[in-house]
Amino acid sequence: MNASLLAGEALAAVVQVVALALGAPVLLGLMRKVRAHFEGRVGQPVVQPLRDLRKLFRKERMRPDQATWIFPAAPVVLVATVAVAGAISPLVTTRPALGGSADLFALVYLLLIGSTVLALAGMDSGTAFGGMGASRAVTIGALAEPALLVTILALSFGAHSSNLPAIVQATVLHPEILATPQRLFSLGALVVVVVAESGRLPVDNPATHLELTMIHEAMILEYAGPDLALVTVGEAMRLALLLGILVNVVAPWGVGAADSLPAIALGVVALAVKVTAAGVALAVFEVFTAKMRLFRLPELLAGAFMLGVLAVVSGLVVR
Amino acid sequence: MSAAALPWPWLDQSQPARQSIELPAGELYEAAQSLFSHGYRLALAGAVDAPAALRAVYLFTAGAPDRRVELVVRLMGEKPQVPSLAALSFPASRFEREMKDLFGIEPLGHPLPRRLVLHQHWPEGWHPMRHDAGPTPEMVDEAAPYPFVQVQGPGVYEIPVGPVHAGLIEPGHFRFSVVGETILKMKARLWFLHKGVERLFEGSDVRSALELAERISGDTAVGHGLAYCLAVEEATGTQVPARASELRMILLELERIYNHVADVGAMCNDVGFGIVHAKALTLRERLLRLNASVTGHRLLRGGVRLAGAQVAKLPAPREFESIGDQFHDLVDLALGQGIVMDRFTGTGALSAADAEAIGVLGVVARASGSSFDVRAAHPLAAVAPEFTTSGAATGDVLGRFRTRVGEVDQSLGILADLCDRPGALQVEGVLRQANGSGSGLTEGWRGAIAHRAEVDAQGRLTRMKVVDPSFFNWPALAIALKDTIVPDFPLVNKSFNLSYAGNDL
Repeated sequence: MNASLLAGEALAAVVQVVALALGAPVLLGLMRKVRAHFEGRVGQPVVQPLRDLRKLFRKERMRPDQATWIFPAAPVVLVATVAVAGAISPLVTTRPALGGSADLFALVYLLLIGSTVLALAGMDSGTAFGGMGASRAVTIGALAEPALLVTILALSFGAHSSNLPAIVQATVLHPEILATPQRLFSLGALVVVVVAESGRLPVDNPATHLELTMIHEAMILEYAGPDLALVTVGEAMRLALLLGILVNVVAPWGVGAADSLPAIALGVVALAVKVTAAGVALAVFEVFTAKMRLFRLPELLAGAFMLGVLAVVSGLVVR
Repeated sequence: MSAAALPWPWLDQSQPARQSIELPAGELYEAAQSLFSHGYRLALAGAVDAPAALRAVYLFTAGAPDRRVELVVRLMGEKPQVPSLAALSFPASRFEREMKDLFGIEPLGHPLPRRLVLHQHWPEGWHPMRHDAGPTPEMVDEAAPYPFVQVQGPGVYEIPVGPVHAGLIEPGHFRFSVVGETILKMKARLWFLHKGVERLFEGSDVRSALELAERISGDTAVGHGLAYCLAVEEATGTQVPARASELRMILLELERIYNHVADVGAMCNDVGFGIVHAKALTLRERLLRLNASVTGHRLLRGGVRLAGAQVAKLPAPREFESIGDQFHDLVDLALGQGIVMDRFTGTGALSAADAEAIGVLGVVARASGSSFDVRAAHPLAAVAPEFTTSGAATGDVLGRFRTRVGEVDQSLGILADLCDRPGALQVEGVLRQANGSGSGLTEGWRGAIAHRAEVDAQGRLTRMKVVDPSFFNWPALAIALKDTIVPDFPLVNKSFNLSYAGNDL
């Protein structure tokens, strides 16, 4: 492998992380703007989440007295794992540096580390809400996981690999596999899982102030200042990353080899356009849905699991 | 049969519709029992610490036709006592605890005679409503911590919420005992907002005290203002012109719709269906502007006057048709959403039997099958529109949602009718100057409000007792939560939407 390509791949990986870190808050702002539009409000500026982050980073640290080292470590671990996942996923290019390690299973569990430490930190804060939120988040995570694993299995059929860059690459080369039942079923399952994992409606309501209904927000209720800023960034990056992976699996266009600066720039633009479209679609969907009863969520995630199973079965039957 | 032969005068239909009967403490229980068995309800109970003597007053009401019987027990000695009516009426048991806290009147035989209004850090033996209570004492550390019942068992844990909440909510502390997500027990601790409203009334001129009445619970300016006026008018023997009653009815219904509309939206917001909330707030703003055009105040203050009523202008009747259309657009949007229906249906059900036993009032009661409505039972003079119950009595969140929707429709109909009638916009009757006592009942948007006023010959209030329906309804919330899961609590709470300010006084 020649050096310039290697440098390109490394650059692409860095660009991906930076794009995620800066773009994700704006994506959140955009999704809020969409909701505001439908509710007849002007809404806050799209860049407001970035301003909020700047404000939070400047504030003093406030941590619960009884918390251990887990509490301050969790936001760092969250951001770090999402950043690594972002660096190795095929977002801007199908060949980011270390893309070879971007096995979907590895990627899923990398992201799961972030969720797990947050749940631990929720319990570490020592409040009833933290424990309650952690319990709910882990329950949903555990229900979403089988659905996700089955779906990955189905996705790996076309590319004969569970390596995510390879799956995207295979889709670029053979776009016709997008129309196969296995891909369509997996897409359905993946959408549900992404919504559940990123705490959006109808699974969780990120805008609520009602502590008792919260899943994800309850877990991080004790965070303030720079810690909260890190959690917010990590969460936003995870949402953007999940949407980025989703759109690149469904529509892998504009994701090229990282052999030149224009190619990387093109990749960034394509990613921004696609993720924005996905984010707006999700926001519109959220406007017209409501939050499900907590005890109905297993049914929703079991549905996702069934879609994953159907994807696998159809992948085995329809050749 | 002659009246003298009857055991109790209220059984004689020829007696006046207002009776005040003084009786010895020993006869109170039997008298109350007789009143309850003849269809009376306890609307209000409170004590009066007049210089002459300490009295306990129980106001029983029945309707229609409107009948009210006051039982008065004169209390003597250092340790005043009354027989507890707790075995007859749950609301009575709570009024008795309130009397014990504020006046030091001991309810004999009360099953749970612990503090209600006063928090634990007020010293023992201090009763703020007694005329010799003296200055407010220093707070002491909680000598006796609040007796929360601790539910024990494998996996049971507690979630304390409040009194400071994340949203713009009034203060209240809720203690949940939970296993998994299922609520085993919920205890609401209130009275963080106790500010001595009843004491503030004492000694003030009846005219200026109207402003205070309008501020008892900010969202119920007309309900409390009107109940106050009715009580003072009855106490002074003032006649209210018929047109004034029409205008008062208009104001009362305007208050009902703007609050119900906001509640309908807020219930949807609590299940994450924010778009209906946004639309409801838009409609509420339209209604508040309408209110401002009618009374000059967005929350309708200043419309109800003693012996009269005044408005700047009345909306055209067709305005209410357009409001109804806008309202039904958002209701249809809410009820057409499957997840919203699923969240509402069967959640936080309050059975008719429980509602009856607790003595629940207003929207919550009607959603559980009650037909009690002050507007029908104790109509404002000359204004008696037809009321029909809306038939949504399922007792759950959906029932309370639909009851509100039905009541908005009903109110819009009443408003269109009343605003179509010709008549003066400002009616000023003559407020008589006379001493006496009287009661006022109105159907505020939350439910039946009861005020009782005692006025001296100089036109000053010597005692005011205020009862918001929330005082009756708060205990029902805990009952409705049986078998409910924790994340559904805010929704059930919102479907009750009880007042803290009106309860804590």
